[in-house]
Amino acid sequence: MRKYTPKDNVQKKAYYTDRFWVAPRVPTSDVEAGSHYAKVVETVSKYTTVTNSRIEIGQLVVQIEAKDNFTVIKALRDECGYAMCSEISAVDYLAQDGEFEVFYQLLNLNEAKRMRVVCRIGENEAVESIVPLFKSANFAEREMFDMFGIKANNHPFLKRILMPDDWVGHPLRKTYPLHGDEAAAWYEVDKIFGKEYRDIVGPENRDQSRVDRYDSQRFARVGYEVPFGAEIDPENEQKTPIEYSTTFMTDYNAGSTQLKKRK
Amino acid sequence: MAQHQVNYASAAGLPIALTTVDHLVNWGRSNSLWPLTYGLACCAIEMMASGASRYDFDRLGTIFRASPRQADVMVLAGTLSKKHAEFARRLYDQMAEPKWVISMGSCANTGGMFNTYATVQGVDRIIPVDIYLPGCAPRPETLQYAMMMLQKKIRRESADMKKNTKQRIV
Repeated sequence: MRKYTPKDNVQKKAYYTDRFWVAPRVPTSDVEAGSHYAKVVETVSKYTTVTNSRIEIGQLVVQIEAKDNFTVIKALRDECGYAMCSEISAVDYLAQDGEFEVFYQLLNLNEAKRMRVVCRIGENEAVESIVPLFKSANFAEREMFDMFGIKANNHPFLKRILMPDDWVGHPLRKTYPLHGDEAAAWYEVDKIFGKEYRDIVGPENRDQSRVDRYDSQRFARVGYEVPFGAEIDPENEQKTPIEYSTTFMTDYNAGSTQLKKRK
Repeated sequence: MAQHQVNYASAAGLPIALTTVDHLVNWGRSNSLWPLTYGLACCAIEMMASGASRYDFDRLGTIFRASPRQADVMVLAGTLSKKHAEFARRLYDQMAEPKWVISMGSCANTGGMFNTYATVQGVDRIIPVDIYLPGCAPRPETLQYAMMMLQKKIRRESADMKKNTKQRIV
């Protein structure tokens, strides 16, 4: 049985996390012998060692050696009819396995089949660019470099695509903080005004529910109204009675006048 | 028939109207506010709707201009990413004085729901803002109301540009 934890304070956190929650996995099955995918796996294994091949949601997933990615994808394009590369990216497994998982999502337009070529690389390793095979790989590999810092060798123009060129860090890594590191937090201030303006502009407010009742410029003081920008003495705050409009407010408990009239 | 002729008899028989320079200059400024066509995200759709015939900004003398050199008001309509912050500031700097800024929508006000590394957490970090519009996205009526509030604000101001200098960020 799970250990009981009081749930009445869950509002203290922005969201409730179950410590025992296990992410659901997509059910996998083996590649059926004699199917289209079995032939694909056979072709791939001619060029590299296939460490794992499985079917996930009707799609083939083949794990290969990272050094053979170019030859394997070339063979898939020329021999198996995978004429379209719809997506290239990576998954950060650095904390878990010390590796990135780079994947290439391919589409066979004649057979209406999709497959994914997956390979694992270390943090400071690079993959061979497949831009000579697929034009769509150009931007996808740039994005992979931008978001994860994975370099693609022989890429024609490997440069950041989403983040600015002088950005520090790679945001889709699991180690990258959601609110950004120091360089990210001060990026626009440093760039526009210079570092000496950090004190003037001040740090970012990341607390979405922050209410400062003594800040009369940004927050309304219902019941304790003061002029805009007035200094407030916490010791003696003047309570102002709330004025309600008599015409605007409707008394729904008074009952229907129409019914009374009919009676 | 409409009475459109001036009745000189009621103004002591003189065709004279007395005013101050401030009042006159601000009358001109506030009734021809030309905002910069500068949509950043979905709020820009509402800004476009405000300018179009149904809500009709033209009747307030508000005509969108495509150049910062000709604009008086910058309506920051939408999420400002950190990559783009530099260019937003450059456009602001290119506008001629006197100039005003409306921050439109939650994203421009505080970063809104984009509490992430790549979004500027409130455009007042880089540009001094005159009016903050709440909403996600604010309806055209809200933007219209903001324009009217800005007109009121301008009418209260001194026409002397030195006194109008923004205090927070130069």
